[in-house]
Amino acid sequence: MGLTCTGEGRDIRIALEGEVDHHQARRLMEQTDREIDRRLPKRVVLDLGGVTFMDSSGIAVLLRAYKRTVELGGALTVRNVPEQADKVLRAAGLERIIRFE
Amino acid sequence: MRPLNTATLDFLSRSVNEGFARTAAACFAAQLDPTLEEVNDIKTAVSEAVTNAVVHAYPDRLGKVRMKLRLYADNSLEVVVQDWGVGIADVEQARTPLFTTGNGERSGMGFTIMESFMDSLKVKSVPGKGTTVTMRRRISRRLPAGGK
Repeated sequence: MGLTCTGEGRDIRIALEGEVDHHQARRLMEQTDREIDRRLPKRVVLDLGGVTFMDSSGIAVLLRAYKRTVELGGALTVRNVPEQADKVLRAAGLERIIRFE
Repeated sequence: MRPLNTATLDFLSRSVNEGFARTAAACFAAQLDPTLEEVNDIKTAVSEAVTNAVVHAYPDRLGKVRMKLRLYADNSLEVVVQDWGVGIADVEQARTPLFTTGNGERSGMGFTIMESFMDSLKVKSVPGKGTTVTMRRRISRRLPAGGK
């Protein structure tokens, strides 16, 4: 459960795993903040393929990663969104703000 | 209408119990033979309700959260999440999408998700006494495999 960050230079992939709820959200936010601040990425792919559950806490995690990346001059896309998480993110209209692929 | 089956769980407002409560609700709902999507909708709504109790009802202490599960003959599940915390002064405002008192760590989408993932949502709250959230979801009846 948690997060792994891979990639070369300023092109990175952050993979979230496990249950993204309020219980896990603060730790995930701190970890994504740290990776983004350290790598100053031009491109971030946030991979949700390993997420087994997500509630509205995940919306805040994604928005925060998106804002931080954009503030530092990069771009963020979200990939491999499982069906359950997709329904939550769409209920919030997140696809109008963040690019999903 | 009397429920066919009931279960009640009392637990502390520790965030680790968010996962416990939604999993317990999903296990209870399994009696209705729900689809994966129906189970996920119930888990998501329960997670939102319990998270509200953990984050907002008891902002600076641990308190009791009660989840009541009731199953009815019309193939519906009722979930009641009750706390004895600070209460909500303006329920209508709290139910507005994106409204939150929880700074950048919350999205303000909890009640909106409960509303859209369940068939009905009632919120009763008395400031200083607590909040009761009642949600209901009817589960589709599926044909038995190979039969009519």
